Amino acid sequence: MNLAATGMAAAVAIAVLTALLAVVVRTRTSVVGVGTALTGVAAVVAGAAALAGGSFSVVLPGVLPLSGVSLTLDPLGGLFVAVTGGVAVAAGIYSMSYADTPDLRARGVRVALPLFVVAMVLVPAAANVGTLLVCWELMALTSLVLVVAEHRRGPQVASAGRWYAVMTHLGFVSVLIGLMLFVAHTGDDSFAAMREAGRHLSPAVAGVVFVATLVGFASKAGIVPLHAWLPRAHPEAPSHVSALMSAAMVNLGVYGLVRVGVDLLGGGAAWWWLLVLALGAVSAVYGILQAAMSSDLKRLLGQSTTENMGLVLIGVGAAGLFASSGDRALAALALTAALVHVVGHAAFKTVLFLAAGSVLHATGSRDLDALGGLRPVMPVTTAAFGVGALAASALPPGTAFVSEWLLLQALIHGLPAGGVAAAIAMPVAVAAVALTAGLAVATFVKAFGVGFLAKPRSEAVAGAHESPFTMLAAMGIAAVVCVVLALWPAGILPAVQAAAGGVAVSGDVTLRLNQATGALSPLLLTLGLVAAVAVVAAVMRAAVARRVRREARLWDCGGGPMSARMEYTATSFAEPLQRVFDDVVQPELDVDVSHHEESRYLVQAVEYRRKVPDRIERRLYQPVLSVITAWGRAGRGLAPGSVHRYLGYGFYAVCGVLLLLAVTR
Amino acid sequence: MSALGVIGGVVQPVLIVAGSPLLVGLMRQVRARLEGRAGAGVGQPWRDLRKLLRKERIAPRGTSEVFRFAPLVLVATTLVVAVVVPFVATESALDPVADLFAVVALLALGAVALALAGLDTGTAFGGMGASREMTILALVEPTLLVAIFALSVRVGSTNLGAIVSSTLHDPARVISPVSLLAAVALIVVIVAETGRIPVDNPSTHLELTMVHEAMVLEHAGPDLALVELASAMRLSVFLGLLANLFVPWGIATEATPLALLIGVLALVVKVGVLGGLLAAGEVFVAKLRLFRVPELLAGSFLLALLAVAASFFLA
Repeated sequence: MNLAATGMAAAVAIAVLTALLAVVVRTRTSVVGVGTALTGVAAVVAGAAALAGGSFSVVLPGVLPLSGVSLTLDPLGGLFVAVTGGVAVAAGIYSMSYADTPDLRARGVRVALPLFVVAMVLVPAAANVGTLLVCWELMALTSLVLVVAEHRRGPQVASAGRWYAVMTHLGFVSVLIGLMLFVAHTGDDSFAAMREAGRHLSPAVAGVVFVATLVGFASKAGIVPLHAWLPRAHPEAPSHVSALMSAAMVNLGVYGLVRVGVDLLGGGAAWWWLLVLALGAVSAVYGILQAAMSSDLKRLLGQSTTENMGLVLIGVGAAGLFASSGDRALAALALTAALVHVVGHAAFKTVLFLAAGSVLHATGSRDLDALGGLRPVMPVTTAAFGVGALAASALPPGTAFVSEWLLLQALIHGLPAGGVAAAIAMPVAVAAVALTAGLAVATFVKAFGVGFLAKPRSEAVAGAHESPFTMLAAMGIAAVVCVVLALWPAGILPAVQAAAGGVAVSGDVTLRLNQATGALSPLLLTLGLVAAVAVVAAVMRAAVARRVRREARLWDCGGGPMSARMEYTATSFAEPLQRVFDDVVQPELDVDVSHHEESRYLVQAVEYRRKVPDRIERRLYQPVLSVITAWGRAGRGLAPGSVHRYLGYGFYAVCGVLLLLAVTR
Repeated sequence: MSALGVIGGVVQPVLIVAGSPLLVGLMRQVRARLEGRAGAGVGQPWRDLRKLLRKERIAPRGTSEVFRFAPLVLVATTLVVAVVVPFVATESALDPVADLFAVVALLALGAVALALAGLDTGTAFGGMGASREMTILALVEPTLLVAIFALSVRVGSTNLGAIVSSTLHDPARVISPVSLLAAVALIVVIVAETGRIPVDNPSTHLELTMVHEAMVLEHAGPDLALVELASAMRLSVFLGLLANLFVPWGIATEATPLALLIGVLALVVKVGVLGGLLAAGEVFVAKLRLFRVPELLAGSFLLALLAVAASFFLA
């Protein structure tokens, strides 16, 4: 039994034990938190061991009827196991004090947390269809319990839960259909056999399998247009669960896509990957555009998840496209970029969601228009969110900066390599990545600047306090990981390359392809920046005559001290951008002007309402929902509540069946 | 790290810091003469900086260290860019940083620091300036990246030194449609990014139109001196980048005193001419309404995209 196997066994054992403890004895919340964190540690160990080459395989035929449980951990799965484990460590420690509320102390919620983590750890380790689907469903159900944990807060939580439940199960059905079709053509549901047979599938069948699984996996990853559940469920879930879902669970959609599309089906046609690329580009731009307009802190982070998964899909799609045109090295580079982004996104999204939870914990609000002025009262949370925001906005020194650089390198080299399809796809992809980078900067400046700096915009914020130690520690761990990933990406590159299938990216993010050498050193860049700051500060100390700062009043145009109501809010900050993208987001404005009765020229009150609805959701989901509602209303006529009639239905149905049998037999 | 790179890394920042206020002075002088005024002279920006440095440091009430560090970060990012970009010599002191994506991101980082400082003051002006600046940045950054992508594709690298060297070796590239489209796109975004007419007016203090000036309204004394110096440096850096991406001739390729002298002179002449042209152009153009600016930037984004498409079909 090697280290990877031991780690996996430990993770499963600790999680199950924790869940059992939570069922049987009335344990404290901190026990569940510690158990979850330990599960995460074991998963990180297992994943790291698998990445270092210590893969394992185990088959337990008796555990699950029909297919049996079969687990294998290869480098690709190991990467996702390690990422999930890392997020679980931070989320587990965080939940020790965060989850100490009446709603989150409920037994079901405490049981669900470790089971959710272990389900996510098992999905990338599954080695047959049966195991994959069972773990996938366990992950969906436990996360659903966690999403609706705080249902007493208001009807919107239950609504989010319903959206999530329906969409995740429709996605599950889609994956099920795709994989069942696949298995029907191979005759064996183990991945090893499918990998063999996948090469010989007819293009039509392979295409159907790919599209069906793509729909399911994309809905899990929150890809447009299947993203509708994400900005609902992520904000309403408790914050450590939001972190787990947003930083770990959505990744598994990417994992599924890579596993089935690249590994099992063995690449496939170019149009598959053009489709993935297009979905990624649309998601990236649309997600960040919605986030830029949003004034709800956690909703903004959820929409940014859609954006980041879109960027990952751009990388995966480009990798598939290059592979289908035969350029293996470039494909591996694009896939490496995508996986580096997965790792980086997991790190910074964990920090951001945990910090947002800390704000919610302290102020009871996640509305950016009501926040502000948190820096003096919550310095650690502010610093953590600042680190996360920098990492998320593709600025140096941040993790997204490194992965987007790698992605752009792959796209630049792909243009001459890939033929006419690439000639159209690559510039559009670069434009999408570039537009996303620009909008992400504006979004995170808004989230950090309006949410944490300046003066408090409401009473609740003015009385805020810093969160308890365990929450700060969890944020601190995640923030440190963010910084390390940003400064020393070379530390994870060999591991990610092992997962992506090997490419010459080495050292300080130096990449060598057949003709070109590209290099970027985030560490050198950061050192240069720090040195420059030091030089400028020293020169200023020497040059400035009067060093003591005098405190002065802010410029208020001579009108006396300014109130918090005069500050710019998140909504007003985003207004110019909203105007620019008016045609895309189509905001709804509602201005009511009421006049004095005496004169129509005197205005009594002006009421202004603005809403930025999700346009894709409105166009795509509303018609379906209204058809279903109409169908349900039509069906209601059949069920007036009369027992006689129901008995009659049964009677006629049985008669009908008997008649049918009599006629046909 | 070659000798040429080290010398370039020392000469370039000194030249940019010393010369950029003179560039601003030159542009103001050109403008004044064209408008029929005498003008304050080329050295006036340096005199203004000296005056500001002698004043008292001010800490506006309620601001945090974000506000205090922003001018330092702004100058530092520009300084790093001045060190790494091939202005005077083709080789860079810190080659792994002389990447187009890194340079664009560094310049954006400086703008972000200033925008956060604007928000940190909690005044309506600060927020307004930050919001407008970020809107413009969100549209400028994509155009910069796509235009740069068009230039990188045929070189196969985003390293600035590699792009400049390849243009030196193959001068015919400069008049290709790719270069011309990318050049027009870059000129538009550089005008927007450095806050010149028709996007922003550096000499206005009118609420309706201010962008950059609204953001830095609370900075005073030495802090303001840093901000002013940094915006002058950013202007020089952008113009120098534009000049060397499309007309790199004169840049030093070897570490001899004569080559370096020619490199310095070539940069001064190129940036001076570009600055003069920009200032002369400003006299004849009115400032755009703020909400017409995105149309201009969208146009330049489209040009950059066309440049990328052209770079494939003409390759």
